[in-house]
Amino acid sequence: MAQRRTAGKPKVAVFKFASCDGCQLSLLDAEESLLDVAGAIDIAFFPEASRRMLRGPYDVGIVEGSITTPHDVEHIRAIRKSCGALITIGACATAGGIQALRNWKDIRNFVHIVYASPEYISTLDRSLPVGSFVHVDFELRGCPINKYQLIEVINAFINKRKPNIRTYSVCMECKMKGNECVMVAHGEPCLGPVTQAGCGAICPSFNRGCYGCFGPMESPNTPALSTKLNELGESKHDIKLAFRTFNAYADAFRKESESHE
Amino acid sequence: MPMLSEKKANHMNSKSIKVDYIARVEGEGALTVKMKDGQVSDVKFRIFEPPRFFEAFLRGRKYSEAPDITARICGICPIAYQMSSVHAMENLFQVKVGGQLRELRRLLYCGEWIESHALHIYMLHAPDFLGYDDAIQLAGDHPDAVQRGLRLKKAGNDLVALLAGREIHPINVKVGGFYKLPDRKDFDGVLESLKRARDEAYETVIWTSKLSFPDFESDYEFVALSHPDEYPFNEGRLVSNMGLNIDIRDYELVFHESHVEYSNALQSTMKNPRTSDSQVSQDESRGAYLTGPLARFNLNFEKLSPIALKGAEEANIRPPVLNPFKSIVVRAIETLYACDEAIRIIENYDAPENSAVTFQVRPGFGFGCTEAPRGILYHRYLIGDDGLIKDAKIVPPTAQNQKMIESDLRNFVSSNIKMSKQDLTLRCEQVVRNYDPCISCATHFVRLDISEEL
Repeated sequence: MAQRRTAGKPKVAVFKFASCDGCQLSLLDAEESLLDVAGAIDIAFFPEASRRMLRGPYDVGIVEGSITTPHDVEHIRAIRKSCGALITIGACATAGGIQALRNWKDIRNFVHIVYASPEYISTLDRSLPVGSFVHVDFELRGCPINKYQLIEVINAFINKRKPNIRTYSVCMECKMKGNECVMVAHGEPCLGPVTQAGCGAICPSFNRGCYGCFGPMESPNTPALSTKLNELGESKHDIKLAFRTFNAYADAFRKESESHE
Repeated sequence: MPMLSEKKANHMNSKSIKVDYIARVEGEGALTVKMKDGQVSDVKFRIFEPPRFFEAFLRGRKYSEAPDITARICGICPIAYQMSSVHAMENLFQVKVGGQLRELRRLLYCGEWIESHALHIYMLHAPDFLGYDDAIQLAGDHPDAVQRGLRLKKAGNDLVALLAGREIHPINVKVGGFYKLPDRKDFDGVLESLKRARDEAYETVIWTSKLSFPDFESDYEFVALSHPDEYPFNEGRLVSNMGLNIDIRDYELVFHESHVEYSNALQSTMKNPRTSDSQVSQDESRGAYLTGPLARFNLNFEKLSPIALKGAEEANIRPPVLNPFKSIVVRAIETLYACDEAIRIIENYDAPENSAVTFQVRPGFGFGCTEAPRGILYHRYLIGDDGLIKDAKIVPPTAQNQKMIESDLRNFVSSNIKMSKQDLTLRCEQVVRNYDPCISCATHFVRLDISEEL
């Protein structure tokens, strides 16, 4: 049987918290690069892909999913200790994910039939990003992440350089693709002006407005966009819902949605 | 990671098999089988991934958001969620999406079946049969097979990305149709890769049929959609090999979900259905049932296309397939069918004038049930006068298969009780992986069970 050649390669581990599995699947979806990536690193812990589960320490830890239980809090702290660098991937790990919609509700109403131990309710009532509990070395955005960006980030970390990930808005990607602006030309509500690039402006390329799955760009002007959305006929409720999806608990989107309560 | 409680076992004339974190499945699950005096005394397939409360936070969202929000239940089969949700809404709004739009939805689903099945066959399931920890190690000795699997998976993913923007959580599906339609010429590249994929799917059928399968069969009740004219994706009645034949809107009269202490997913069982809608009875429990590739294949075999039937014949596999380990061959046959069906749809494609049909939003209940790669995925929504979701119920295939997974574990261990613990542990994991369980899907539900510490 073929032996793994792992000597000297950086040990990489992939961990999962509350999530859909899509972001870690992105690694397996990088079909053309997968065996090359697997050749450059030692995939020491990646349960979705392998029965081989080596103990830490690891050089690089990749974390998917949000923190939603007391056990998660202990677990992420232990993971932080065992990893040289810690990278979070996807909207769940970087912003709390769609499940952070619970953060505005009373969990006891949310779970009308509750099996919960009451002492845990206080920590369970919110879904939070990994960075709320431990230091994170790099946050890769997206719901889901872009697989090419993931490979770039892994590559950067194993070569000890800064990842080349842009933080400008989706509008820039639309301009580069030569897309007609769906908001200006067709009056489609679009979060592109406040959303970080990385997807390749997919939604506007398919004649629909961006729904913000890569979360807020650096210093977004969300109030100005809300004014524009309102001019297009979107109600306060519509605007609140628009900011409250997969990155609902990312600071800029959270504040904007709360200003439309 | 396998952990054997050997010391305890010798002492008490009992032993147990315990896998704390089952590898090569989507999401987090564990299994325990306890044996005493040569008999299986307890079996648990536990889902410990924390719940995410989708049904709860869907309340108050717009009907039109359901496809994009429910897609996030599963990164492996987002299209299944998009399809079940839009069909449920269209069922309520009495809108018929037909012709080429209907064909494009089928085409999109073909892409998901291809990528999901190829992932499972080559990266999650095959390593069990050939004695490897994972596909990367497998690639060391069988590079051609793994490369073939990756190309197949890529063909499915490329089709999804072309039609709907990206492989995971695609963005082009909406109630009534699509945001944007492809042109005929957009398919040129993907058509070539699908033709190669069809050849390689055929090779996959033959390759998987030569694996060695444990001698293990059960008397399953198989449940799948059935459509008079086609192998089922989006439409049909729910049928079984034991007389079930109902409209999907009667799903909840027949199937029941219950919460068990050790799992964060609700388990489904069947009540006691009769053969026609009007006679559905709720009195007696009928128990576990199986959904997914084996059920679809056994119940819809004659709807497969000629090349898929030829592959099945050459692989010497025909219904009823009662050995769940052979699901890997059935997945390969379905992959072959999906490639062939995708090619048929593309070759007959003529872009319609409108990307979606118009409809009037109305309040009430809408029902959708489609065939996810892992089996039937049921959605039911209650929509209010304002077009907002008042209530949602979603039953993913893995939740439905949980009890059957436990039943297989019990039966397999009972008939192999003398096997070494190491072998038996691996086999038990394989029994779980036979179902390609998607634990992330199964753990969407509204209830909490957090007293469990691991």
